[in-house]
Amino acid sequence: MKIQLLATAFDPWQEIVRYQSGQPHLEGKFGATTVFVGTLRDFNQGEAVRAMTLEHYAPMTEKHLERIVYEASSRWPIEDVLVVHRYGELSPNDPIVLVAVWSAHRDDAFQACRYVIDELKTRAPFWKQEAVGAGKRWVTPEG
Amino acid sequence: MSITVRFFASIRIKLGKSHDTIDCKGITTVTDVWERSARIPPPAHLLAAVNQEYASLGQAVRDGDEVAFFPPVTGGQE
Repeated sequence: MKIQLLATAFDPWQEIVRYQSGQPHLEGKFGATTVFVGTLRDFNQGEAVRAMTLEHYAPMTEKHLERIVYEASSRWPIEDVLVVHRYGELSPNDPIVLVAVWSAHRDDAFQACRYVIDELKTRAPFWKQEAVGAGKRWVTPEG
Repeated sequence: MSITVRFFASIRIKLGKSHDTIDCKGITTVTDVWERSARIPPPAHLLAAVNQEYASLGQAVRDGDEVAFFPPVTGGQE
């Protein structure tokens, strides 16, 4: 299991390859890998988005992401989980978040991946501020 | 004998500070921490955490705690 918070842009596909190749315990054990990649759009709520700042509360974010991953691994028989989440300044098309789950079977992998991204969204302390038009606005949970 | 206070996102901007340290004398709850440090009425939908765990505004606090205030979270992707 690995959770990583990054201040700079990352390539989720390279992260998956790099992580998996460093996990010999996975060899022959997984039949399914599910991946969710969240990417910054250039539009939101009817307005063009030029950039986004993602603020977080680092020690609380790490604690809660670890707990969410632990919960997922308790609920479903999964072999491994990789979570990478950006913070700081992002541009449209930048990946925001990666959740990858390795499991023997696809159903467990799908469900665990969905659980991690859904719980992360409501529990991990991140706040988005979008640059729209000439100004900036905080994104609300309904946004 | 102090409590560390942290503010995030729109709350941080509104108060013009990201952190504070207050004397814990006379402080018993999260609400007391807010009143002592922020000095304005709490905004709607204010969330709080004590030592990185979500907390109600009525939760007890003690010397050495880290208390954080922030708006609803918006991580992940829509």
